[in-house]
Amino acid sequence: MAAATASRSGLRSALPLLAPAYLWMTVAIFLPLSAMVFFSFMTELPLSGKPWAFTLGNYAAFFSQSLYLTLLLASLRLGLEVTLWCIVIGYPAAYVLAKVLKGRSREAIFLLVILPFWSNGLVRIFSWAMVLREGGILDTALNAVLPFKINIDLMYSYPAVIIGLVHSYVPYMVLTCYLTLQAIDDSLIEAGRSLGASRLQVLKRVIIPLSMPGLVAGAALIFVPVVGSFMEPRILGGRTGTFYGTVIEDQFVAVFNWPLGAALSFILLAVVLVILAVASPVLKRAA
Amino acid sequence: MRMPDLTALLTATAVFTSALAFAAKADDVHVLNWKGYGTDEPWAVAAFEKATGNKVINDFFNSEQEMLTKIRTNPGLYDVVMINAAFNDQAMDGKLIQPIDTSKLPNYADISKDKAGSPMLVHDGKVYGVPWVWGLTALAINDKSFDKPPTSIAEMWDAAHKGRVVIRDDAVEAIQFGAIATGQNINDIKDMDAVKAKLTSLMPQIKTFWSSENDWNQMVASNQIDIGTYWSGSADRAKTHFKLPVSLVVPQEGAVAWLDAFSIPVGAKNVAGAEAFINYMIDPKFYVEWVTKVGAPVSANTKAVEALPEDAFNRKVMGDPEVAKRIQFQAPITDAQREAYLALWQQLKVDVK
Repeated sequence: MAAATASRSGLRSALPLLAPAYLWMTVAIFLPLSAMVFFSFMTELPLSGKPWAFTLGNYAAFFSQSLYLTLLLASLRLGLEVTLWCIVIGYPAAYVLAKVLKGRSREAIFLLVILPFWSNGLVRIFSWAMVLREGGILDTALNAVLPFKINIDLMYSYPAVIIGLVHSYVPYMVLTCYLTLQAIDDSLIEAGRSLGASRLQVLKRVIIPLSMPGLVAGAALIFVPVVGSFMEPRILGGRTGTFYGTVIEDQFVAVFNWPLGAALSFILLAVVLVILAVASPVLKRAA
Repeated sequence: MRMPDLTALLTATAVFTSALAFAAKADDVHVLNWKGYGTDEPWAVAAFEKATGNKVINDFFNSEQEMLTKIRTNPGLYDVVMINAAFNDQAMDGKLIQPIDTSKLPNYADISKDKAGSPMLVHDGKVYGVPWVWGLTALAINDKSFDKPPTSIAEMWDAAHKGRVVIRDDAVEAIQFGAIATGQNINDIKDMDAVKAKLTSLMPQIKTFWSSENDWNQMVASNQIDIGTYWSGSADRAKTHFKLPVSLVVPQEGAVAWLDAFSIPVGAKNVAGAEAFINYMIDPKFYVEWVTKVGAPVSANTKAVEALPEDAFNRKVMGDPEVAKRIQFQAPITDAQREAYLALWQQLKVDVK
């Protein structure tokens, strides 16, 4: 009895603290998302004023054409590649930040890592366009330094999309890995070393396992938005820049077919959730 | 909640929010158009407001479908809406626009007879759209890449330009371009397989799909492209305003022409203001200033075009009777056709990946 009262009063006192967040989630996320679920089962958008009915046709459209599946696989591959590059670039950077640098220099480098967050994403992508194109900044700079003539035109290609996306998302990896890496007690590393482990063994047996939660969180934070990305592929990808996200965007913007666009989005959501669910036991064991 | 209630609620919410956003005043003129397309030029708005005492409030759309939805869900909000003639039917069928009393528009008499009488704009003798400007989706070239301008659309397929060709990322435009390249009527494409085959062979030539004027101009400025589809007004703007080495080519096979017109939505609160605004928009004085300061498509008003200098692009090239013979005006397209075109276009884009 006493325990029940205590827990109820605990909830009551917590309510004012919880209410704003839950209210915001309901209004800003749950309602629009459920409206989209609803739209995805309709033949016409009710706003368009035309007669409409319920249908599964929008979901069937995904399976009736090989186009959507091809694009979905291409987007998943893009997500994996970008995540991989973010780990390759982000993890060592996070390690240096957490374990090598101290004081002022750490603050300075940290600032450089999060600086891209303060600029608009579109501006970043357009600046890449200036760097990557033929006769652009990279091409000109390399030819000014190198004794032989090379021709660099990365613009409108798959590598350009990867570069743009990795640049946009690598700070997530650095931040999440930094948090777990700096929480590792230095004495654990010293203990490993004093017991005869090589640097590589310490990295493999102590540091990576202990920082795994950060790696996993960073990978999930990057993989999910990259699979649905449309702005970077459209601007940097040229004729190779058609991905699942750009097709969804076309449905919303070009032909105003919200029901099909919504259905395609939820199929993507389902696929991503399945991937995360399948991966989670493996990742949990690793973590 | 029952379903019709939900529809009503959604509509009501949309109406309510827009009503809140623009509590309309009697002398406001609410205009709906593409962004950066004449009606929102600050000098034009200022001149119109000074002359008539009306206040112009611009709102924009990103696709024709969005425009139709905006009029449907905000009855009474807009006074003037710019509708591509190919969509006028759809707007009239949906009872979204009302007949216009052209006697209130002194400049209407100067609109060329074929445009004013277009069956796309006049239904049962009533005028549902006032022709404003027209233009072409043709080819434009980078002058640095050609000694003399090409005359045929086949130039796009020339191996010499591989990787230096652009086309707009728009399904309808791409398919109609393919129809012209295969010698078909853009409004009645009989052999879609031929169009598909023709466009498939074009895809490896493409550098990128452009979506805005700025894309096109930047690629020419950095000498990355030789040739591509472009709008006549934009090519003129690139040449005169941005001083870029761009020339428009109307190929011998033909080009797609479009006509933009102004309409007044059903329930407009300020019809008199709307009439005054439309009249101002088709006035030669506005048009000459628009062409000189910014660059524009061709006015439907013959007096306005005559007010341009002899050698002006919009008078010399676009007014050439030889050009007039080659062009095909876009007719209305059904939603089903539009979706089929998009599916084909997306397939072509995926196949080239």
